[in-house]
Amino acid sequence: MSANIAVRAGQGAARERRAARRRIVPGDWVAVIATFVVVVGAWEAIVRIGDVSEIVLPPPSMIAQSLYDGLVHGTFLANLRYTLTETVLGFLIAAVLGIGLGALVSEVRWIRRAIYPYIVAFQTVPKIALAPLLVIWFGFGMTSKVIVAVTVAFFPIIVNTIEGLQNTDQQRIDMIRAMGAGKVETFRRVKLPSALPYIFAGLDAAIVLSLLGAVVGEFMGARAGLGNQILTFNAVLDISGSFAVLVLLSLIGYLLHLVLVLIQRRVVFWTKVTSTSSGV
Amino acid sequence: MSTMPNTDVLSEPTITDSLITIEQVTLAYPTATGAPVQALRPIDLEIADGTFVSLVGPSGCGKSTLLKILAGLLRQSEGVVHLGGRELSGPSPDVGVVFQQPVLLPWLTIVDNVLLPIRVQKRNVAQYRDRAMDLLRMVGLDGFEKRYPSELSGGMQQRAGIVRALVPNPRILLMDEPFGALDALTRERMNDDLQRIWSEERKTVFFITHSIPEAVYLSDRVLVMSERPGRIVADFSVDIERPRRLDATGDPRFQQTATTIRGLLNARGGID
Repeated sequence: MSANIAVRAGQGAARERRAARRRIVPGDWVAVIATFVVVVGAWEAIVRIGDVSEIVLPPPSMIAQSLYDGLVHGTFLANLRYTLTETVLGFLIAAVLGIGLGALVSEVRWIRRAIYPYIVAFQTVPKIALAPLLVIWFGFGMTSKVIVAVTVAFFPIIVNTIEGLQNTDQQRIDMIRAMGAGKVETFRRVKLPSALPYIFAGLDAAIVLSLLGAVVGEFMGARAGLGNQILTFNAVLDISGSFAVLVLLSLIGYLLHLVLVLIQRRVVFWTKVTSTSSGV
Repeated sequence: MSTMPNTDVLSEPTITDSLITIEQVTLAYPTATGAPVQALRPIDLEIADGTFVSLVGPSGCGKSTLLKILAGLLRQSEGVVHLGGRELSGPSPDVGVVFQQPVLLPWLTIVDNVLLPIRVQKRNVAQYRDRAMDLLRMVGLDGFEKRYPSELSGGMQQRAGIVRALVPNPRILLMDEPFGALDALTRERMNDDLQRIWSEERKTVFFITHSIPEAVYLSDRVLVMSERPGRIVADFSVDIERPRRLDATGDPRFQQTATTIRGLLNARGGID
């Protein structure tokens, strides 16, 4: 979990070329699907031929069955709604706090002096380790999970917001100051839009961290949610059930990331968007 | 220090007409080692209303520093600057600035970019929209007002940058090597455009350039600055009638002025 280093979102040509090399072109999908078939097929074959206990490693077919049962007959959807609510709430609160405080730290000198050293220091603290404490403070309900999510999602957002605002092209600042713009106008019309690519890189990292925070929070004790569901399955040694929840969580994480990329393409339309690693 | 008699009535300023007055202006940067670095030696300069004045000099001599002081972006260490009789204390709505790079905002369309000063200065946008469109037409950007800067060539972006400076109708236009990043052909066209704009709008222009022909072609006066710490070492009047055509560069008076300036700069260690 080294997510709290500012995720760069520059606009350099070299970066775009690198991104182009990393981009998946339609022909590559054949390779992607082939890899999936080979790995899953080998997994299935090894488990069946080697007669591996399904408590150690269930075969993919069994996991798929568990996923289907859980979604259609079981409690997956209810738990999914619970975890998703925690994730989105945590993310939104972290976004408001991260962008708001980031702007204050970047733009107000005395706040920067008072707070910035602490932000730098806290970056290296493994925030997820606070989860047990937060559950004790805020109880077994949804509140504690939302707060865990906020705690882990907040830092990439504030760090990227500060980084983006501080990296505003000085020429743009001179340009608008020469028109007579004060601090507020300069911030609103130049600095904030200039920082948006950085802020979105932070939000992208934060959305997946927020899901992670919600699940870990549920591990510490909860009444519902997909994290709670994993614990329940583990307790009765329903390992294929646990795997099914993991598959579901992976899909949700990916979908959340995609939603954010779509929003980013609309908002920051003037820069090429490249998906950044979530850093988890 | 005029080396030629003034015959052109347009470039015949009287001292009382001067729109920009710079008196004993210096600039020193503080450094970590303690001894401040002197960027500008005391500069005295008067620029008459409606004149086109160029400043040439070696790289790093403080030309841009002087322009930034006039733009209100830098505060001089000593001395006083008056614009239109008022002491300069910061950016003024009477001043428009064109930078070496167009510095357009990529998230705004061309028309919104050129209307930015109107919005920043809280003026009525509707009142300036027609002027913005007229100016865009004048520089050949009509039809591009709804485009984004990335869809325009470098020369077109720089034209939009000039229009942006002109839209609020400032009395003074400060230009910091505005065509330095353009290819030679585009640059010639821009010089032509700028001369036309100037003759229609009659701004007082303070123009920094590395190109002696460009300076002579465009200007009523060409100032020469020394190497750092900069001071103004020569002040030439260019008495060639306007409108000047691009082949005015073949005019003997033009060549004589350019040669004199080049000789002066070479004697002082070259322009670059």
